[in-house]
Amino acid sequence: MSDKPVQAAIEGWYTLDTDTPHLIGAKCDDCGTYYFPKNLSFCRNPNCEGETFSEVQLSRTGKIWSYTDACYKPPEPFVAEEPFVPYGIAAVELEKEQMIILGQTVKGVGPKDLKVGQEVELVLEPLHEDDESVKITWKWKPLG
Amino acid sequence: MSNDIAILGVGMHPWGKWGKNFSEYGVHAARAALKDAGIPWQDVGFVSGAATMRCGYPGYVAGATFAQALGWQGAQVNTSYAACASGSQALAAAQAKILAGECEVALVVGADTTPKGFLAPAKGYRPEDPDWLRFYLGITNPTYFALYARRRIDLFGDTEEDFARVKIKNSEHGFTNPNARYKKKFTMEDVMNSAMVADPLRLLQICATSDGGAAMIVSSMDYAKRLGKADAVRVAAVSTVTPTFASAVVEMPDIATDSAAAAGVEAHRFRAALPAKAYEQAGIGPEDVNVAEVYDLSSALEMDWYEDLQLCPRGEAAQLVRNGDTKLGGRLPVNPSGGLACFGEAVPAQALAQVCELTWQLRGEAGERQVEGAKVGITANQGLFGHGSSVIVKK
Repeated sequence: MSDKPVQAAIEGWYTLDTDTPHLIGAKCDDCGTYYFPKNLSFCRNPNCEGETFSEVQLSRTGKIWSYTDACYKPPEPFVAEEPFVPYGIAAVELEKEQMIILGQTVKGVGPKDLKVGQEVELVLEPLHEDDESVKITWKWKPLG
Repeated sequence: MSNDIAILGVGMHPWGKWGKNFSEYGVHAARAALKDAGIPWQDVGFVSGAATMRCGYPGYVAGATFAQALGWQGAQVNTSYAACASGSQALAAAQAKILAGECEVALVVGADTTPKGFLAPAKGYRPEDPDWLRFYLGITNPTYFALYARRRIDLFGDTEEDFARVKIKNSEHGFTNPNARYKKKFTMEDVMNSAMVADPLRLLQICATSDGGAAMIVSSMDYAKRLGKADAVRVAAVSTVTPTFASAVVEMPDIATDSAAAAGVEAHRFRAALPAKAYEQAGIGPEDVNVAEVYDLSSALEMDWYEDLQLCPRGEAAQLVRNGDTKLGGRLPVNPSGGLACFGEAVPAQALAQVCELTWQLRGEAGERQVEGAKVGITANQGLFGHGSSVIVKK
């Protein structure tokens, strides 16, 4: 692990609390629809004319909706390790928010370790690093 | 009153990696469709092109590009872009123009020249663009297909071999199709030994991108009658509906679904909405369908379509595959053309290619891939950003 300073890969999308990080979403003040990435302009619920939103921390645990991995290096803007190491990906259902959010799974966890319906939690891990800093992102990690 | 329009002629440029300008494929296909229709180019009153985003400005104004290449003759012109559904939207524009009485005969045409490898987003640091964002996070097109495929395994008990059976079936169907790019009959061993791309999908279960062109001449039923073609195959429905909030399935290029947390909001499946609208427009049901062309971006996705088209109850598609029901000679052949498995995707041409195939099938001109006695066919396709289509053709 590098001793470079740590920085969010995408600023303002998640808290940088290393123990219990949360994704930062938005919630419509009128109808209660959640958004991630956060939407702070017009509510997209067709029955709602809401235009004001509150930033909220989304649930940091959920259940796996489905999962896969990436066996080949994706194209830019993805920044791959050399040599490329395959990584897992999970789509996770958040119960309170009634939505599914994609993310990589933590290092070392792949399809063989996962099952639809399994409980996972949100953690922070490096996505890539550049000359100045390590860019961290959210990843899903099996609970227990 | 009938809302049908006639398909007088269809034509294609074979799929491949020919490296030519996209307009050459489009014009080749258009001339073939005109010849098939037996009408002169000067009779076409409306040119409806499907745009390509990869071929510069001429691609953004594809309708005009094709019209100029065929020889300007003063027709009205339109260009549609709707990702993978671009061809269907171009067809919908022609259908509306004809049914409104504003033209009698239209040319609908789409063609593409595609780059190699993964389709990559525009450059820069642009996290507000979902298509950029997902690539930055390492989520490619096969990721989504694999998520759907894995869900089938965990929920319905489908197997990797079931997915391979779809690929094998389509490779047998496309083997004699002169317009197909890949003409090789694959075995279970071939498929299962191909490299894993996104678990559980292997290289031979994911479609490639291709160059190609497809076109059709459509007209009012009156015009078809005057031409002595009252019995032409007809377009009975073109559905291009958007999703309904909230999305139940995470769709390319998004990294999240909508939230269904608000009161009165339910989660909806987009794919199922596309054919549902087409059935409603045509006034027929899934029980009337004899043949289907569906978007097999992955072999597992073809099985999702069986269920979205209501050809079987949700979760039972694997049984159709195992029974051979969707093979040529089976109860309800799907992708007799060979599908994307044998073509590779040429985005603006693909939805039109599906309709070309069904036209040949309903005319009984599909040669060795003929579905005997087919009278009603349906297409299904889905692309990025809430686009998709389903077209019903009938005799």
